[in-house]
Amino acid sequence: MKAFLKFDYNLLTKKILEDKLTSFGYKFSILGFGEIEFYENVPEDKIEELREEFLKYGITIIENQKSVLVQKIKDAIHEMVYGEEILNVKVSVYLAEKLNHSYGYLSNLFSDITFTSIENYVIIQKIEFAKQLILNNKLSLTEIAFRLNYSSVAHLSTQFKNTTGITPSAFQRIISKRRDKNQ
Amino acid sequence: MEKDYIHIILADDDEDDRLFFTDAFDELKMKTKVQTYNDGVELMNYLMAENAVLPNVLFLDLNMPKKNGIECLHEIKADKRFDDIAIAIYSTSSSEEHIEETFVNGANIYIKKPNDFNTLKKVLSDVVTINWQYHTSGLNKDNFLLRM
Repeated sequence: MKAFLKFDYNLLTKKILEDKLTSFGYKFSILGFGEIEFYENVPEDKIEELREEFLKYGITIIENQKSVLVQKIKDAIHEMVYGEEILNVKVSVYLAEKLNHSYGYLSNLFSDITFTSIENYVIIQKIEFAKQLILNNKLSLTEIAFRLNYSSVAHLSTQFKNTTGITPSAFQRIISKRRDKNQ
Repeated sequence: MEKDYIHIILADDDEDDRLFFTDAFDELKMKTKVQTYNDGVELMNYLMAENAVLPNVLFLDLNMPKKNGIECLHEIKADKRFDDIAIAIYSTSSSEEHIEETFVNGANIYIKKPNDFNTLKKVLSDVVTINWQYHTSGLNKDNFLLRM
């Protein structure tokens, strides 16, 4: 038999961080998504150990300032797309206020490092979330469109098709055929 | 940190297509490393070698002598070592049935070979860009389907 799982990624990452850092033995606090602070000096070789330990879980310690900011942009977008409350602000305003930089600066930096624009990245994230919701089978496409703040189902379907080249229903059909085949 | 180039492999028996493909990547701003193979047997020999450096994206032509793209796809999907490779089917066919079948069999991307060089560049750039996002932003590869 098979069971399908659903993950709470925020809780999952937080729990891993807490467990690992507690056994690491230095006083710390988790400042928010993707940021931790140590209350005492941690020697470089210890940081190396932590880096290796984290890598097993797909967590990378980043230090380059630009990469850090790009990661913050991604996290903020993630929060905006996946968050429970539907925000009716423009992405540009939201990011500029949250990260305290002009949108022009953030946008140029983001394109330089990731090869894609912030606007495009937001669309990719929304479509990824739509895919998860479609596969969960709990919400109708109309409800998914509303959840992701699209003005209509047609708008969601068009953006889905433009981004992936296939329609939401073809996507659902292909994935379920794949699952049947692998059973 | 992330390595600074994207590793790409193409298996295609048509010499012109291979040339267009490598030329297109030379003109993109992303740093890429492109390797090509002339047929499915050559490709699988490379991938199966013990110390093979595995690509980020693998482009498979469907019609190749000795071993065709579908056969390669099946072999690759049956081997856990290759789970991280995004598979792109690169073909002249645009039959709906064909396309859906390759997706169901585990392909991530389906590209109908464009007729002109500029479209080819645009298509390959889009493919590599979106693949890069899957690679660097922790997106779920199982849900990665893209048709160009």
